[in-house]
Amino acid sequence: MDVFSDPANLQLYIDGFLMILKLTGASSLLALVLGLLLAACRVAPVPVLRAFGAGWVHLFRNTPLTLVILFCYFGLYSAVGVEFSEDIHVNNYWLAVVGLSAYTAAFVCEAIRSGINTVPLGQAEAARALGLTFTQNLRLIILPQAMRSVVAPLGSILIALTKNATIAGVIGVAEASNAMKGLIEARGDQTIAIFLVFALTFVALLVPVGYGFTALANRLMVRR
Amino acid sequence: MSHEPLIVLDAVNKWFGDLHVLREVSLTVDRGEVVVVIGPSGSGKSTLCRAINRLETINSGSIRFDGKELPAEGRALARLRSEVGMVFQSFNLFAHMSILENVMLGPVKVRKESKAVTRERALSLLDRVGIASQADKLPVQLSGGQQQRAAIARALAMQPKAMLFDEPTSALDPEMVGEVLDVMTSLAKEGMTMIVVTHEMGFARAAADRVAFMADGQLVEQAPPAEFFGNPRSERARDFLSKVLQH
Ligand SMILES: Nc1ncnc2c1ncn2[C@@H]1O[C@H](COP(=O)(O)OP(=O)(O)O)[C@@H](O)[C@H]1O
Ligand SMILES: [Mg+2]
Repeated sequence: MDVFSDPANLQLYIDGFLMILKLTGASSLLALVLGLLLAACRVAPVPVLRAFGAGWVHLFRNTPLTLVILFCYFGLYSAVGVEFSEDIHVNNYWLAVVGLSAYTAAFVCEAIRSGINTVPLGQAEAARALGLTFTQNLRLIILPQAMRSVVAPLGSILIALTKNATIAGVIGVAEASNAMKGLIEARGDQTIAIFLVFALTFVALLVPVGYGFTALANRLMVRR
Repeated sequence: MSHEPLIVLDAVNKWFGDLHVLREVSLTVDRGEVVVVIGPSGSGKSTLCRAINRLETINSGSIRFDGKELPAEGRALARLRSEVGMVFQSFNLFAHMSILENVMLGPVKVRKESKAVTRERALSLLDRVGIASQADKLPVQLSGGQQQRAAIARALAMQPKAMLFDEPTSALDPEMVGEVLDVMTSLAKEGMTMIVVTHEMGFARAAADRVAFMADGQLVEQAPPAEFFGNPRSERARDFLSKVLQH
């Protein structure tokens, strides 16, 4: 294990995981907002919005994430010219965040939509009968009741997103899997040890997330 | 305020796919009038009710409320709905809110009335329907009869011009039917305009100004209750009454 006693190597490991956290943090927020909007589209009374939401979900849920991230780099950046920063590292970071968010939003959308489907139809109908608008209905009546059954799947999505953040490595973002590759290339004699340290760090980060979301879901269990 | 009747349906037709659910239905309801709609299951009574606040759209004909054609969508439609109280068979109280919050929601969110004023009114409405002591409970903690009375209070909190009741007692245990009908009867006496779909013939006799009989999507006949129950004109109505009055 002396590979990590070298301060430079230790720094590589720490920076790799910090990058995973930064990618996950930004992408999870963006994916949550976007997924919520997409779910609203999917249940909206406007056919164009419903088609847009469905199109997004079908496209991103069925495309490999590696392709999505590569598209962000070669398509959005190189071909279309979308640039977030002069600094190539910062730019690649944001391109990866865009790809991770767009991809994850499709799953968030479907989790929220299936949560919405657990709310009895009569709830939305009574709200409409009172004169609530579509957005009031969603915000005040449907989503608060749907969220209780959305929390657990959102936990799984967050866990998947954290692991998926390693795919940002394909466009050169210095995240954990790139760090691991670098260390293994430098210290081939300690491959197994290096691998275990990285894997167990992910496990240590994500096991509490799983328990946390399960506990939250149980607390919010709807009474009807 | 216009002088035409509050609710005017003219030659309304509604299809669900190939199923012709409302056939040339014409019905007028005056201000303060109580119309009880009866008829066999599947005859289109719920659809008729739901069409009046546009929870269902119609295919042809016209529905006017308070002198105006029903708005198609948007804010105008929301405003119309806020003026027509609706009470459902399955209560449909908002499961995540207390009884008081259920009653206050419409005035606060739709009418933008102040919470303080709304709260006063909500509490007095809950008192009036006899469940003031349940104000802070969740719907699930109440009996069916109490939930339905809360639902009536929720609709009344909007100070509607008319109330639609779609089989309000059909989901209740028999011992709770009376408490809900009592509230409805007192509303009728106070001059509320009401359309009530029900199988409670006793309520129809006691509280209705007019009984409308539906079968197969058609409004077959309308008459004051004494006349309708004493001397139904159509074969369909006689047949229906002989079945329901046996029990
Ligand atoms: N949303 C719907 N889609 C298709 N058919 C429907 C729908 N709602 C009601 N129907 C049909 O329309 C007919 C009239 O229904 P309804 O108005 O509920 O009758 P009632 O309230 O008198 O029992 C029934 O045959 C019913 O099955
Ligand atoms: Mg019905």
